[in-house]
Amino acid sequence: MLFRTVKELVEIAEREGKKISEVMIDQEVMVTKRSREEIIAQMEKNLQVMENAVEKGLKGVTSHSGLTGGDAVLLQKYIEKGNTLSGGLILDAVSKAVATNEVNAAMGLICATPTAGSAGVVPGTLFAVKNKLNPTREQMINFLFTSGAFGYVVANNAFISGAAGGCQAEVGSAAGMAAAAIVEMAGGTPSQCSEAFAITLKNMLGLVCDPVAGLVEVPCVKRNAMGAANAMVAADMALAGVKSRIPCDEVIEAMFRIGKSMPSALRETAQGGLAATPTGRRLQQEIFGSPQK
Amino acid sequence: MKFRSVFDIIGPIMIGPSSSHTAGAARIGRVARTIFGRQPKWAKIHLYGSFAETYKGHGTDVAIVGGLLDFDTFDNRIIDALIIAKDIGMDIEFIEESEVPEHPNTARIILGDELGQLEIVGLSIGGGKIEIDEINGFKLRLTGEHPAIIVVNNDRFGCIASVANVLAKYEINIGHMEVSRKEKGKLALMVLETDENVDEQVMEEISKLPHILQVARIVE
Repeated sequence: MLFRTVKELVEIAEREGKKISEVMIDQEVMVTKRSREEIIAQMEKNLQVMENAVEKGLKGVTSHSGLTGGDAVLLQKYIEKGNTLSGGLILDAVSKAVATNEVNAAMGLICATPTAGSAGVVPGTLFAVKNKLNPTREQMINFLFTSGAFGYVVANNAFISGAAGGCQAEVGSAAGMAAAAIVEMAGGTPSQCSEAFAITLKNMLGLVCDPVAGLVEVPCVKRNAMGAANAMVAADMALAGVKSRIPCDEVIEAMFRIGKSMPSALRETAQGGLAATPTGRRLQQEIFGSPQK
Repeated sequence: MKFRSVFDIIGPIMIGPSSSHTAGAARIGRVARTIFGRQPKWAKIHLYGSFAETYKGHGTDVAIVGGLLDFDTFDNRIIDALIIAKDIGMDIEFIEESEVPEHPNTARIILGDELGQLEIVGLSIGGGKIEIDEINGFKLRLTGEHPAIIVVNNDRFGCIASVANVLAKYEINIGHMEVSRKEKGKLALMVLETDENVDEQVMEEISKLPHILQVARIVE
C-alpha cells in the first residue's frame, strides 16, 4: 500500500513529481499485480459507460415511479437560451450530473462513483469541464483515477454509503472527488487537489440520506446536481489559492464522526427527513399503495 | 483496508439505482449461488436494516434473485429476475426482519433443492462491495472477489494441514485463510482464498481426505 491518507497521497505525488492519478495507477499495479495497460483499459470502459449514460439522460428518461426524469433536458434547453445566471459551464455540469442520475433511477446502466446514488457528480463535472479544457482521452481517464484516489482514502478511513454515513458519505465524497480531479485536469498541484476536496466536503458535512419512498430519486438526483456545482466552485477556489484551515484528512475524520452519530432514521431507511414529510409520505403511498413496513 | 482497488470506488458498472442495495445485493445472491454450486430450487431471503426498509424501491429483491440466477451487476435481465425465477419454477420468499443488525445492509439467504441447502449471511458495505459474514452458522469473512474454497470438516488435528498440503501439491498459493468452529471437537469450517482457481480434480482430492465433509468453491 503506497498511501492511506490524503497527506501521504499528496506527499508521494510531490516528492516524485507525479500527478495524483499516476500515484493511483502505481498503487493499483502494486496491489492487484495487473499491468498498467489492463488497468487503464478497464478505466476507459468505465469512462465509456459514463459517457453513454450522460448522452442517454440528455435525451430524456423517466423512472418507473415517475418521480424523476426530464430535468437534464430542461436544463440543457435553458442553457441554450444563453441567459443563465450561474454560468453555462456550471449548469452544464449540473445537467450532466442530473442526466446520469436520471438514468440510474430508471434502472439504466451506470458506473458507480463511488456509489450509484452519487454516480452523477464525477461524470457530470468531467463532461462539462471537457468542453472548456479540451482534454485528451488519457486525461479524461486520469480524471477518474484522481477521483478514485480520494474516494479510496474516504472509503478506507470513513464510509461511502448512505446507509452507513448519510448523504455526506455518498454525494459528499463524490463531490470532493470531482473537485480534486477538476483541479488536476485544470493544471493545479496535488496539494491544490486536496484543498479542493477539503473545501467541498466541508460544505457537505451533515447531509443526511432521506430518500422519499426509499427510492434513489428524491432528493438524490438534485443532491447530485448541487454536488456537481459545489465541486466546480470549490475547484475554482482551490485553483485561486484558497486553502482549507482544517486539513483534508481531518475533514474526512469529521465526516466519519458525524455519520457515526447520525440516527438510523437519517441513514437510508426512508424514515426521516424529506421521506417523512407529508408529501414524502403521500408519494410513498401512491407508489407502493401502502407503507413498505 | 476494506477497499483495495480503485475499481471499488470507480465502479462497478451496474444496473441502477443503488450500488449497495442493487449491485451489492446482486453480488451477495451470486456468491450464495456459487457456493451452493448450482441453481437453487428455492430461496428464503431475510432482509435486515435498510435492506428491509427500502428493498422494493431499490430493486434489492430483483437484484438478489438475479444473483441467484447467476446474473452479474450489469446484466439487464436483473430487472426481470422475479419473473424469470417464477417462469423456471424457483420458489422465492422474502422476509422483512425488524431485528437491528450489526451492519445496516444485511441479508440472510437460505437456498436449497432436493439435494441440500445452504445458509449464508451477506453484508453490502458500500459502493457495491460485499462481505460474506456467515456460512451455515459459521462466522467468517469472505469477499467473493478472489477464488476460494470453503471446507466443512470435523474439528480434528491435521485437517487444515492436509487441505493445505493438497493445494501445495498443485502449486496453488493461499492468499488469505480463516478457520471457524461452533464448538471444540465438533464441526469446523475453513475458508481459503487462493491466487488461482481451484479445479475439479483438486476439489475431489480434498473431499476424499479424512474428516472432510463438504467442499465448495468460488471460481473467478
